[in-house]
Amino acid sequence: MEVLLYLGCTVPIRNLNYEVSARLTAQALGINFRDLEEFGCCGFPLKSLNVEDTIVTAARNLALAEREGLDICALCNACAGTLNEVAHQVRTNLELREKINRRLKVVGLHVEGKVKVRNFVRLLWEEIGVEGIRKAVTRPLEGIMLAPHYGCHYLKPSELNVGFDSPETPKTLSEMITATGAAVVNYPSLLDCCGGGLLGMSEEVANAMAARKLIDVSKTGAHALVLVCPFCNVMYEGQQKKIAKSTGLDLKTPVVYYPQALGLALGMKSDQLGFKLNRIKPTGLLKIVEG
Amino acid sequence: MARINLNKLDPQFKHRVADQPGGEGLKACFLCKACTAACPIQPLDKRYDPRKIIRMVLLGMKDEVLKSDFIWLCSSCYGCQEVCPQNVRFTEVMYAIKNLAAQEACMPPGLTAQRSLLRKHGRLYEVGEFENDKRFKLGLPPIVEHPEDYEKLLPDRPTGV
Ligand code: SF4
Ligand code: SF4
Ligand code: SF4
Ligand code: SF4
Repeated sequence: MEVLLYLGCTVPIRNLNYEVSARLTAQALGINFRDLEEFGCCGFPLKSLNVEDTIVTAARNLALAEREGLDICALCNACAGTLNEVAHQVRTNLELREKINRRLKVVGLHVEGKVKVRNFVRLLWEEIGVEGIRKAVTRPLEGIMLAPHYGCHYLKPSELNVGFDSPETPKTLSEMITATGAAVVNYPSLLDCCGGGLLGMSEEVANAMAARKLIDVSKTGAHALVLVCPFCNVMYEGQQKKIAKSTGLDLKTPVVYYPQALGLALGMKSDQLGFKLNRIKPTGLLKIVEG
Repeated sequence: MARINLNKLDPQFKHRVADQPGGEGLKACFLCKACTAACPIQPLDKRYDPRKIIRMVLLGMKDEVLKSDFIWLCSSCYGCQEVCPQNVRFTEVMYAIKNLAAQEACMPPGLTAQRSLLRKHGRLYEVGEFENDKRFKLGLPPIVEHPEDYEKLLPDRPTGV
């Protein structure tokens, strides 16, 4: 299948390991990512200042996708959430649609809200499926234990994800991990929010939110925490050292993106998958997989 | 908190919040506290309490809400929204409140800086040769900035209102 890859602002600058592994694994599974140079910010950072600015910015990107006649695949939970929400609003609220289209006229665009927007893992789950992944795996990640982190905007608001995953008992990422041959580790704070949204306002509170999960996961002995969003990464990988220092705990929980783990299971080399850019090296994991 | 000064209460405040996009659900709230119980911020910083914020809005405590720092602590995790029996959509109500605060020029400077970046670059991070070089080395296509639409679509006012 062909789909537009929506990189957003953060991934293509700060999370190249995520991007490179997503592109490689998609290609291997027969998903054709098409780049659209004109895609920019989804508008999420404007929402606290002016909700309508977010809507118009997201609508601009949705309109570009509609012109191509293709659905969108995003790597960031916030991009996927924002675009999905606005597509839904534009589709269902005629008055709003007209208002937004009046604003979009100045850039020669028109939006209907017809485009489907999905996080990469959701796309894999829906289009390739657990069985499809299992069949494609050439090097099962036997002996590897992985802890999933879904992220709030992957699951919520649930009214926008009808027929997909459950916010109370999510399973899609866990099933996708199992499909790689790795074991899924369950832990008490599975559903916790990372706190990234308030890092700029109160580092103390944000760190306290992320700490619980890092502590839980390190206790389980998991080889890595598995993410699907660059913002969650800011907290769990970027802030981990500081959190270890402030809690006095010896935290060294490697953090990997789902397509990095998937790529290993598809027989790709860690070098190709950008593991050099992981700041807390998943040494134990790579040793088992690559020897 | 200091005692409420009844003369300072603004009876219009709740209507203003409810009239903002996302604020519509406010008036359906019956103050059951399910949101507060679901909120991950509340146990870590007692100043932030979803039900209390709704109560303050309904009472008309406009300045106490809009000029506070605590309204910016919401992580928009949608926990409150999921458990609400009245479909208030509190995460969205918080955006409505923050939008009003921005209209009164009470917002963290970081947000206006991000807005300027979007108008100038169409993205949060400027992309130059250094970034594209790094991408090239990993076999990734270059990022080309397209700020034109952003500049046209976002009014040249700090809060966009
Ligand atoms: S959510 Fe963030 S990374 Fe994604 S496009 Fe919007 S601002 Fe950029
Ligand atoms: S866990 Fe944090 S960064 Fe990740 S989706 Fe939720 S709020 Fe966003
Ligand atoms: S859960 Fe809903 S109804 Fe109950 S206090 Fe919170 S917003 Fe109001
Ligand atoms: S969205 Fe905001 S108010 Fe609601 S539970 Fe999350 S942090 Fe609390």
